[in-house]
Amino acid sequence: MNWKPAIGLEVHVQLKTRSKLFCGCSTAYGSEPNTQVCPVCLGYPGAMPVLNREAVRLTVRTGLMIGSEIPGFSKFDRKSYFYPDMPKNYQVSQYDQPFCVGGGVDIQVEGRTRRIRIVRIHLEEDVAKNMHFRTVSGIDFNRGGVPLMEIVSYPDLESPEEAQAFLLALKQILQYIDVSDCNLEAGNIRCDVNCSVRPADQAALGTKTEIKNMNTFKGVFHALEHEIQRQVSVLEGGGRVYQETLRWDPDAGATHAMRSKEDAHDYRYFPEPDLPPVRLDPAVVDGWRASLPEAPRVRRERLVREYGIPDYDAGVLTADQAVADYFEAAVRHASNAKAVSNWIMTEMLRRLSERAMDIRSVRISPESLGNLVQLTERRTLNSNTAKDVFAELFEQGGDPRSIVERRGLARISDPAALESLVDRVLTEQARSAADYRAGKAAALQFLVGQVMRLSKGQADPHQTADLLKSRLKT
Amino acid sequence: MTMDVSNLTVTKAVESLSENAVRSVDLVQALIGRIRERDPVLGAYVDLNEADALEQAAVADTRRAQGGAGRLLGVPLAIKDVLNVRGQSCRCGSRILEGYVSPYDATVVARLRAEGAVLLGRTNMDEFAMGSSTENSALKVTRNPANTAHVPGGSSGGSAAAVAGGIALASLGSDTGGSIRQPAAFCGCVGLKPTYGRVSRYGLVAFASSLDQVGPLTRNVRDAALLLGIIAGRDPADATTADVPVPDYAAGFTDSLKGVRLGLPREYFVDGMDPDVEGRVREAVAVCRGLGAEIVPVSLPHTEYAIATYYIIATAEASANLARYDGVRYGFRADGAEDSLDLYVRTRAQGFGPEVKRRIILGTYVLSSGYYDAYYLSAQKVRTLIRGDFDAAFQQCDAILAPVTPTPAYRFGERTGDPLSMYLSDIFTATINLAGICALSVPCGLTGGGLPVGLQVIGPAFGESAILRVGHAYERSRDGKAGA
Repeated sequence: MNWKPAIGLEVHVQLKTRSKLFCGCSTAYGSEPNTQVCPVCLGYPGAMPVLNREAVRLTVRTGLMIGSEIPGFSKFDRKSYFYPDMPKNYQVSQYDQPFCVGGGVDIQVEGRTRRIRIVRIHLEEDVAKNMHFRTVSGIDFNRGGVPLMEIVSYPDLESPEEAQAFLLALKQILQYIDVSDCNLEAGNIRCDVNCSVRPADQAALGTKTEIKNMNTFKGVFHALEHEIQRQVSVLEGGGRVYQETLRWDPDAGATHAMRSKEDAHDYRYFPEPDLPPVRLDPAVVDGWRASLPEAPRVRRERLVREYGIPDYDAGVLTADQAVADYFEAAVRHASNAKAVSNWIMTEMLRRLSERAMDIRSVRISPESLGNLVQLTERRTLNSNTAKDVFAELFEQGGDPRSIVERRGLARISDPAALESLVDRVLTEQARSAADYRAGKAAALQFLVGQVMRLSKGQADPHQTADLLKSRLKT
Repeated sequence: MTMDVSNLTVTKAVESLSENAVRSVDLVQALIGRIRERDPVLGAYVDLNEADALEQAAVADTRRAQGGAGRLLGVPLAIKDVLNVRGQSCRCGSRILEGYVSPYDATVVARLRAEGAVLLGRTNMDEFAMGSSTENSALKVTRNPANTAHVPGGSSGGSAAAVAGGIALASLGSDTGGSIRQPAAFCGCVGLKPTYGRVSRYGLVAFASSLDQVGPLTRNVRDAALLLGIIAGRDPADATTADVPVPDYAAGFTDSLKGVRLGLPREYFVDGMDPDVEGRVREAVAVCRGLGAEIVPVSLPHTEYAIATYYIIATAEASANLARYDGVRYGFRADGAEDSLDLYVRTRAQGFGPEVKRRIILGTYVLSSGYYDAYYLSAQKVRTLIRGDFDAAFQQCDAILAPVTPTPAYRFGERTGDPLSMYLSDIFTATINLAGICALSVPCGLTGGGLPVGLQVIGPAFGESAILRVGHAYERSRDGKAGA
């Protein structure tokens, strides 16, 4: 039988705010345990939450970017369960009135573009981190109370590949609009995965299982591959899939049951009385909407249309909003957009990745890169010297024209000067000249090289070759 | 010098201090002397910070000598053990907060400090403010100063007994369903529950977050106005505080009630009420009429649903608010736990008293899946109706007069076996918390047995000026004395 999976994701994303969701403690990652805590995020008696407006803005910004509706009235609820990583033994979350409802994320798998529908996006506080040592356990509350945005998808995904593509597309959007660092090692993105399979000709979904707390995209992929296979074999063996919560064990390559629905938690949600409901001013939301950057896909299409660069280039440039911004700024100072794109895609991105740097912090300004491209376009620089100039600009910044001037790198443009160099080489290398005349075409390259050497690289190789050929004909 | 502090008001203390007729250190010493004498019987204080209070008093005296100001500079006050005071314990009448030391000041405490108040000690209460007699305290027994065979009321029983018993000038309490007004009525002092959102709850250990409010217990209405003016106002740390200006609450005080319309709700004068209580309250109504007030009948038709509604909402919120006492981070931790679940079970089983457990179980039940709509959601709807009752009533009057309690203070143990009858006695007070409005309890005489009776003056949201004005005029005519 042909089986069809249905996969839905609940993605938890740590928002990029300076302070926690309900108190002023820092959200910085990697500090000594329990150094970024206060009575509020430790759940001390009498402490009360105060909502971080920036976290609300980032959540709504995400919703606006993926086409969610913003109801404008939203509230927080308490979700009760006992666990040592949760200081109040309830989590302040959103039950039935989240900030964002609906929307979708486009994915491309095997050349097919599909829109994965989003149920909702809500805001909640992160829990602390339990740490287990040999004989004792500890709790680091630094992470407790960090704003966490939960994005819930419909079970529209049909394969592990699609799930992975969805997570990558989502990550790209979140980084693009600067709402999260999306640093997987720091646990910035974690997700719960729902999965069921059904006969390909059946409309109704099968019984789903939930794999909790995945923190790598690769893990999601492998866990789904495994879980789909497991469910298919259960069903093909005549058994039934039970609704249960699973944990993925990457070492064993298998899922294990955590708890079944029968002993599922009753979270006893009720409205958080310490936080008044949030009413969003439509004018403020409109302002947030107006400040949204172009969606990566839209921008990619525009770059192709507006600058005539290949779609591949546009894809690379728009993968990072800052790179695309840089490109568009540099193009304003150059006449050949494809040349600008080439410089960014090769020299720039290579050097950035070697140094693990961000394009926002490079010394070479977009204007300088544009000017450099113009120098090569006007054939003032040949490509090798241009790379040298780029290297200096990358390290120190500055104006390419003054570097060329200072280092005397401008190409020899006076025909008489080039002729005298060519004549000198033909005299000094009479043997190679004779070889060429005798039919050894390779000798020409050697002669060109000698002219380049004498000119300290400032001769134009094509022009030199042409001149040599015409001299050697006579 | 020694002085008699047993009848001293805050207003009078401020006056004497500013005239340099007395030093703060003298006041504090005199109070400590009285407390040593009286408190072994009354049991009002759970912690007395003698050395620290004397030090604060000395600092206040120095500040005053150097020209420093402060509306309460050098005035000693007692704080209910439910408010966080930096560096002090805050046990909330419970075993489970044993060993906990507050790392911060509640906003109201910080505001008292900023005005130069001396924080003298902590007063007893029903565990986590759950109770109407202070019999639910795990720490000690508090007695009614009017008759020590009787309970002081609760949950702010320690505060009321201290103020009425002459061993505190004034105190801050908290009121979730009557916990300031009822003990004030039982003991014979003034108690004010402000409008929800009028006073910051930051640092008040939460019982029921949508009902809790901090307020003063004092010896007269003017003192209540003074203290409210200091603790009220928007607090950035409490998102439920309202951005409403804080007036001078005593500014409109006069001896006359001319032009004031006072509502009398028929639902608040019911069969089964103690005849002495009803008698004193009706006499007080007559006094108000005599002062020029117009008395109008009003109706609050949803009153009969108030207690059920109150106990659903309050316990639901409490079940979540008290979940944090788990032995993991602070307070009492049970020995011998095998894992984290076992730690929770043992700690909470040993740390909480029976009434707290009863309410946690009730609150957990009403929020449970499948019961939420029938209980919690319905209760919220009734709450809206109750609010509507008051909105309609205040179309016809400026304030409402009512009893605080159906009976005077009862004897110890009289109601502990019957929690429901104890709950039902909250009828005239808990309704006010559900509506989120303000109310004042003013002494209006004694029963034949010599027990105090309280007159409740209820006002609309942020109508504190009106009820304090009524309370003050009534109090003055009753006392028949000028000044105060």
